[in-house]
Amino acid sequence: MLALRLSPPLALTRPTRLVARNLLVYRRGWMVVVSGFFEPLFYLFSMGFGVGSLIGAVALENGSTVPYAVFVAPALLASSAMNGAIYETSNNFFYKLKYAKLYDAVIATPMSLSDVARGEILWALMRGALYVIGFLAVVGVLGLGGLGLISSPLGILAFPAAMVVGFGFAGAGMAATTFVRKWQDFDIMQLAIMPMFLFSGTFYPISAYPPALQIFVQCTPLYRGVHLIRALTTGTPDVWIAVDVLYLITMGLIGLWIVGKRLNKLLLS
Amino acid sequence: MPEIPPTQDSVIHARGLTKCFGAMTAVDGVDFDVAPGEAFGFLGPNGAGKTSTMRMIGAVSPVSAGTLTVFGLDPARQGARIRARLGVVPQADTLDNELTVMENLLIYGRYFGLPWNESRRRAKELLEFVQLTDRSNDQVEPLSGGMKRRLVIARALINEPALLLLDEPTTGLDPQARHLLWDRLYRLKQRGVTLCLTTHYMDEAEQLCDRLVVMDKAKIVAEGSPRQLIEQYVTREVLELRFNRDEGEVGGIAADDSAHIDHQLDGLAERIEQLPDRLLVYTADGDATAAAAFERGLRPASILVRRSTLEDVFLRLTGRSLVE
Repeated sequence: MLALRLSPPLALTRPTRLVARNLLVYRRGWMVVVSGFFEPLFYLFSMGFGVGSLIGAVALENGSTVPYAVFVAPALLASSAMNGAIYETSNNFFYKLKYAKLYDAVIATPMSLSDVARGEILWALMRGALYVIGFLAVVGVLGLGGLGLISSPLGILAFPAAMVVGFGFAGAGMAATTFVRKWQDFDIMQLAIMPMFLFSGTFYPISAYPPALQIFVQCTPLYRGVHLIRALTTGTPDVWIAVDVLYLITMGLIGLWIVGKRLNKLLLS
Repeated sequence: MPEIPPTQDSVIHARGLTKCFGAMTAVDGVDFDVAPGEAFGFLGPNGAGKTSTMRMIGAVSPVSAGTLTVFGLDPARQGARIRARLGVVPQADTLDNELTVMENLLIYGRYFGLPWNESRRRAKELLEFVQLTDRSNDQVEPLSGGMKRRLVIARALINEPALLLLDEPTTGLDPQARHLLWDRLYRLKQRGVTLCLTTHYMDEAEQLCDRLVVMDKAKIVAEGSPRQLIEQYVTREVLELRFNRDEGEVGGIAADDSAHIDHQLDGLAERIEQLPDRLLVYTADGDATAAAAFERGLRPASILVRRSTLEDVFLRLTGRSLVE
């Protein structure tokens, strides 16, 4: 009886049953996960160190200058968290929803639709965490070698910050996927992801843009993620990081809410 | 309609149960009760509303109107508690193709909240029961249709359900696979599991069901045991007559001949049903009727005397055959 009372509520444990299922599947498909880990590292070496050697120093928003690799590394970390979340909640989620009919079988058990949504978001976050940890580990090794990319003790918060970015995009990505009807629709999603990756102050400061465009870019989610993580790794936090966190968590929660509504319509008719 | 048995202690209790999809009414105010330990069937053609009814019972499809209780619980508010005690074999195999045979059962047990070791113990037992032990570590995809069906049944049993819902369990299977499946379902019934199934095969309904309802166009048109239904709606035997016609209609019956044949059979049968390729003559004694018709000069190309089936009941009730 005591064990029963101490066990966590079902609303928390039930989603993990779906996570366990995904872990079993990925035990065999680990290569897919590994490829996602290398992508941001390749960018870090080519852009951060390669292109960075031509550029030298870049000015941060507060006016101080840092080496280009230090500028670009937090942006790649934010992008990596975004990509990890999007990979899982777009194609993979769509396949399970529409083709494998996985959730039709799951909801015939005591598992509810919100268990399904929470489980898949949790899984997407775990996959994102793997990329983030991998990236941070490489950054750490480089730091030991004298190539310090994190110039502030606040950098320790880069990991939870990247998880917040992952949550925001996992919720939004999953919500968008529930509206997808065919594989080609994902090209439209890529049309939103790709420019965000390139133009969100990732590779150069947004001061390069005219003021109106700057404001527009500041309203996009990846910019908020980049701003948040960069402020932490370079030790230049401002009040806007509160906006970043609030923005991304709200995006994730609204996404989850939409997912709940949509799954209800798609699976419980 | 025959009297509906008492409602108390019913595993499933439905009154005026209705399901609408927009303007379309898939299930139109049906009443039925399923008693514990019973094998209950929904017999009807595709589109009669069987699957919609099953999904409502399975607490994965909201009831549009009327009342429905499963184990005395309300699917709208207590869906998870109902599903915890249900085994579901859906029409399409919703097996997890990314997992092995064993993992399919193992993870499904986890969805029900079974501890890993308990789930594994039951999975092994069930693979034995459905004769798939030697395929435990194989992928699901290459399994035959019959094996997949058996695996779905094993999966539906992982939570030791009190009620098993089977939506067209043997559709698309070869005769051997069907008989193996029927045998397993029969054993479950003997263990006291309540079975609720849909089918459009009358032999399946006759084999498995203690009691069934015939559904057509979203409504229940008859209810009873297979034997009762046959006694009530058709005669004991059927005389099937085929006629060869030279003028273009192979095996058919021309309109002018039809009246003639009817005259020859007049008074010999309780009822005559004319199908595109043959004549069904309903009578208590098929051989006697055949002999009498022969004496009156009727010369069909072939004569077959057989026992009446639920197919005949369905034809009588709806004017159409079950499997077209």
